[in-house]
Amino acid sequence: MATIATDQKTGPARLGDRIFSGTALAAGIAILLALAGVFIFLAIEGVPGLAKPAEFYGEASNFWGYVAPLLFGTVLAAVIALIVAVPLAWGIALVVSHYAPKSIATPIAYVIDLLAAVPSVVFGLWGISVLARQLQPGYVWLDENMGWLPFFAGPASGTGRTILTAGLVLAIMILPIITAISREVFSQTPRLHEEAALALGATRWEMIRMAVFPYARSGMISAVMLGLGRALGETMAVAMVLSAGGGISLNLISSSNPASIASNIASNYKEGTPGKIQVLIATGLVLFLVTFLVNFAARWIVTRNERKLAR
Amino acid sequence: MAKSITVGDLDIYYGDFLAVQGVNMTIKARSVTAFIGPSGCGKSTFLRSLNRMHEVIPGARVEGKVVVDGQSLYDSAVDPVAVRRQIGMVFQRPNPFPTMSIYENVLAGNRLNSKKMKKAEADDIVERSLKGANLWNEVKDRLSKPGMGLSGGQQQRLCIARAIAVEPQVLLMDEPCSALDPISTSAIEDLIHELKSDYTIVIVTHNMQQAARVSDETGFFNLKAAGQPGHLVEFNATSKMFANPDNEATEAYISGRFG
Repeated sequence: MATIATDQKTGPARLGDRIFSGTALAAGIAILLALAGVFIFLAIEGVPGLAKPAEFYGEASNFWGYVAPLLFGTVLAAVIALIVAVPLAWGIALVVSHYAPKSIATPIAYVIDLLAAVPSVVFGLWGISVLARQLQPGYVWLDENMGWLPFFAGPASGTGRTILTAGLVLAIMILPIITAISREVFSQTPRLHEEAALALGATRWEMIRMAVFPYARSGMISAVMLGLGRALGETMAVAMVLSAGGGISLNLISSSNPASIASNIASNYKEGTPGKIQVLIATGLVLFLVTFLVNFAARWIVTRNERKLAR
Repeated sequence: MAKSITVGDLDIYYGDFLAVQGVNMTIKARSVTAFIGPSGCGKSTFLRSLNRMHEVIPGARVEGKVVVDGQSLYDSAVDPVAVRRQIGMVFQRPNPFPTMSIYENVLAGNRLNSKKMKKAEADDIVERSLKGANLWNEVKDRLSKPGMGLSGGQQQRLCIARAIAVEPQVLLMDEPCSALDPISTSAIEDLIHELKSDYTIVIVTHNMQQAARVSDETGFFNLKAAGQPGHLVEFNATSKMFANPDNEATEAYISGRFG
C-alpha cells in the first residue's frame, strides 16, 4: 500500500486519472457553489424582509408572527405525508425486493417509478377535483364520531381542501422516491446475512427483521430524508389543494389551515410589491435553514448509530 | 438429540435443470460425514437439501426422500422453517449478524424460537454455546461488542455457537474452513471432533486431508460428464475411502490423478 501511494505521488499522474479527478472535483465544487449562491441570494434579498413595518405582515405584527403559522403548516403537511407514505413505501419496497415473484415485482416497481414523473400540477388538480371531494364526507364523519380528538375537532371543511388532503397528496408524491431508494438498499442485503437468518429457522418476516432492516437502516433513513425534503419544499400541489387561512392549529379537517411556506410564496409572489417580496424571500430563507437543519440532524442520527455499531 | 438421516433416490432440480441425481445414503447419528468432490458436482446443493435451504433459490425443488429419524423432511405438512430449526447450518464464509453483539448473535436462533427468555437462562445458553464452540475464553470479557470485530476464525466459531445454541439434531457445515487460515482451521477441526459426541455432523470440504482427519464416513460426488448432473460415486467409511476405495474414480480423485 505504502509504495503504491508514494508511486502515485512521485510518478507522473496518468492523463485519465487527472481528467477524472478534475471532473469529479469540479462537479463537487459546482454543487457547493450553487448551494452557497442560493443561500447568499436568500440572505441578501431576504434579510431586509425580517424587519419591515407591521403592515407588510398582514394580520401579524412582526416577521416571526407572520412566518410561524406558515412554518407550522409546512411541517404539519410534511409530517402527515411522512406518516402515510413511509410505512407504505417500505412495504412496497419489501414486496418488490423480497416477497413478490419477479414477474410481478418488476411491473410494480416500474409503475411506482412512473409516479415520480407526474408533474406536481397534475397532482394538485387531482387533489382539488377528485381527492378533496371524495374525502369531504369522510371528514364530516370524522368530525361527528371522533371529534373528541383534537385532530378532528372540526367543523369539517365544506370543500375538503384541508391540510389533511394536502398531506395525503404530498404522501403520494413522495412515495416513489422513498420506495425506489428503499427497494434498492433492501435488495443489496448480502445473501450471506439472509441465509444466516433463514438457516436458524427464521420465517421470511423474521429474516427481514434480523438481516435486511439492520443492513438497510441508513439507506432507509436517507430515503425518508429525501422524501421529507420534497414534502417540505413542494409548492404547486399544496398551493392548489390547500385553501389557506387561519393560524396554528392541530385541527386537520377544518377550513382554517395555515398555508405552507413554499405555497404561500407561490400564491403571493406575482402580485407582491417589492417590500412584500422581500418578506416572502425571508420566509424562503427560513424554509432553507429548516430543511438544512432537518437533514443535518438526520445525518447525525444515522452516523451516530453507525459509529455505535462499528467495533 | 442427534438423529440419523436416510436419503432415498434424491433428485435435486433448479427449475428444469437437474443438478444432482439419484442419491442414496444413510448418515449415522453422532458421527461426522464428509462430502468431497470437484467444484460444481452438487455436494453443496445436496447438503442444502438436507435442511431445505436450497429452496431459498427460486425454482429449486427435489424429488425423492429425505427422512430424519422417521420423519420425512419433504412431507407436504412439514414447514421448512421448522426443519431449519432442527437442522443447523454453518456457511462457507463466517456470517455473524453485523449489527448484533456477540451475545445477541449467539442467542439469535433462540430468540426466534421462544418469545420470552429469562436473563439467567439467556446467560446460561450463551456461556454453554460459546464454551461448546471453544470461544468462551476468548470473548467472555467482551460479549457486548459486535460480532464483526472478531477475527475470521473466531467469527466462524461464533457462527457455530449460534447454530448449536438452539440444540439442533443435525449440524450441516458447508466448507466451514475455506475462508480461514490453518490455525483457525485446526481449531474448527478440533471443535468438530468434540461436537461429534452430541450432534450428527455433515461437512462439505474441498480439502481431502480435512475429510480424512475429521470424518467417520465419506461420500464422493462427481459429475458424470460436463453438463450432466452430479451424483454420488461412492459412500464408505473414511478409512476405507482413503486407503482402498471400491471405485476407480474415487481412487483417481483422492490420489490427485483426476480428470
